[in-house]
Amino acid sequence: MSNIEEINPTKPAILEQAKPSELPRRPLVENERSFHWITEKICGIVENKTPLWWWICFCVTGFIASFTGIGLAYLLITGVGVWGLRGPVMWGWAIVNFVFWIGIGHAGTLISAILCLLKQEWRTSINRAAEAMTIFAVMCAGIFPLFHVGRIWFAWWLFPLPNANGIWPNFRSPLEWDVFAVSTYATVSVLFWYMGMIPDLATLRDRATQKWRQIFYGLLAVGWRGSNRHWSNYEMAYLLLAGLSTPLVLSVHTIVSFDFAVAHLPGWHTTILPPYFVAGAIFSGFGMVLTLVLPLRAIYKLHDLITQYHIDCICKITLATGSMVGYAYMIEFFIAWYGANPYEGFAFINRAFGPYAWAYWIMISCNVISPQLFWFKKVRENPAFVFIVAIFVNIGMWFERFVIVVTSLANEFMPANWDYFTPTIVDIFTFIGTFGFFSLLFLLFLRFLPLMAFAEIKAVTPQANPHNNHH
Amino acid sequence: MAGIPYGQVALFDTAADIYHAAEKVRDAGYKRWDVYSPFPIHGMDEAMGLKRSKVTFFCLTGGVSGFLLGMLMVWFMNDFDYPLIVGAKPFFSPIYSFPIIYEMTILLAAFGAFFGMFLTNFLPQHYHPAMNYSNFNQVTDDKFIIIIESSDNLYDEIKTKSLLEEIGGKEITALEE
Repeated sequence: MSNIEEINPTKPAILEQAKPSELPRRPLVENERSFHWITEKICGIVENKTPLWWWICFCVTGFIASFTGIGLAYLLITGVGVWGLRGPVMWGWAIVNFVFWIGIGHAGTLISAILCLLKQEWRTSINRAAEAMTIFAVMCAGIFPLFHVGRIWFAWWLFPLPNANGIWPNFRSPLEWDVFAVSTYATVSVLFWYMGMIPDLATLRDRATQKWRQIFYGLLAVGWRGSNRHWSNYEMAYLLLAGLSTPLVLSVHTIVSFDFAVAHLPGWHTTILPPYFVAGAIFSGFGMVLTLVLPLRAIYKLHDLITQYHIDCICKITLATGSMVGYAYMIEFFIAWYGANPYEGFAFINRAFGPYAWAYWIMISCNVISPQLFWFKKVRENPAFVFIVAIFVNIGMWFERFVIVVTSLANEFMPANWDYFTPTIVDIFTFIGTFGFFSLLFLLFLRFLPLMAFAEIKAVTPQANPHNNHH
Repeated sequence: MAGIPYGQVALFDTAADIYHAAEKVRDAGYKRWDVYSPFPIHGMDEAMGLKRSKVTFFCLTGGVSGFLLGMLMVWFMNDFDYPLIVGAKPFFSPIYSFPIIYEMTILLAAFGAFFGMFLTNFLPQHYHPAMNYSNFNQVTDDKFIIIIESSDNLYDEIKTKSLLEEIGGKEITALEE
């Protein structure tokens, strides 16, 4: 609406400028919380006495995590035969689990890095927890390639270090590219996560009353004092790390997809695999972000910081990437027919109607159908529905990797070699244990480290803007 | 502890207040001073008259080193020292080695940015006279302060104090070393 000063008295019908009306933006922190409230809310979680539910979850997840420990120990002592791998399926659950966990990690880096470059300020409530999720997911993922080599005491041969045989790694192999990609990804994620935490650790240090906390947070905060000269360098480093992590999100899962794409197997040897895997990774990762963030929000009453707007944005990204994955399924199928390669065509008919059809249809319903529910506002606004869809996404994405790996191997070029892959009890429990390990690490993170980047949250509130005249 | 204080501290309550105050301190010609805030204030670098951060230099150096190191490593290991025969393909090619080189570039660039931040900020620095300020623990919470050091050429106990009062600073105190 124009105001009285803008109307030209001689030509009242003509305005000097036509400005669009200002639409109010949804607040990122609801109920106009003060900086001090935000500090108290997040630091309170770290500083208060450990709640009983935390101890119960810690014991349960610790018990589940022991399955992985026992499974791996049994594997090392007895041999790779305790897994279900046997001809023709020489890659089974280990690689499926590896790709599953690495994919989950990518959402954390997308939230931290890509949304930072895109100036999406809503990322500030979830980026710390999402990055922690990435680091713990990469740790779970790394277990599988490490142990699947059998003689893990030689795993250092994967790195370009001098050894007694005088031989170096084969840099042509995507498996070697994986070593570099995943190591780089783990390292850069840890650096970015830690650097982002320094100002918040300084706040915890300054509020600490017990000696061990003062020393612990004091050491980690490296003397941060909030100096603007420091913030200037810090912001530049943050932006640079975000800019470096962005190509990592895209390249790491691309390199993981190369494990399959460079092989000449039907169903694997397609150029759609890199973008398809990256979209799938982000999709599965956002499913895990929702699985973590919704309970956290409910337990710690974080509704003012992780608002419905945040949940909406996460759901929309999940919908977008889920649609990309659905599109990729259709295109793969189309190209298999259009390319007129009989083996490729067979591979896809076999996925849908062969011995693993049950896995294929679980995958389709979980990945293609369930995220489409997020078109509906009523679904997005109901945390229980969103949580259920997120669980389906997690399940569906595991099955996607299973379908890709196992169907192309089990029903390969020579029908005489066909066999039905069954996981052993060791396969199953080792995998279930990784969920326990992941959750255990996440619980420790919640207990000792600031679960949200509250310095960043403060910076995106309206009262942090020096040009804002309202406060 | 008698003697020259480290500097004068002034407290501010809002980001807008300290932003405008910082502009006035910059315009007054002070060079050895700083603003302390719980989060980076948008536009504060210009308000203080700070130059662009030097972290980019470290990041670029890291990235270029990573690129060259990656290429050298792959060439040396698969071509020079132990030429690896793979299907009669060339021993070294920038194409097959690209993923490795790409990851090395990013890794060393990330180290450059990370350690560049620590180096340009002279961190870790577990003690600084600013921490002697009685309300220092509010600086990492919700308050903002300006400290003008006594080692600045323009520092004068009375004039600096009155400037800080003029620009809206509260609880102006002398800071011990």
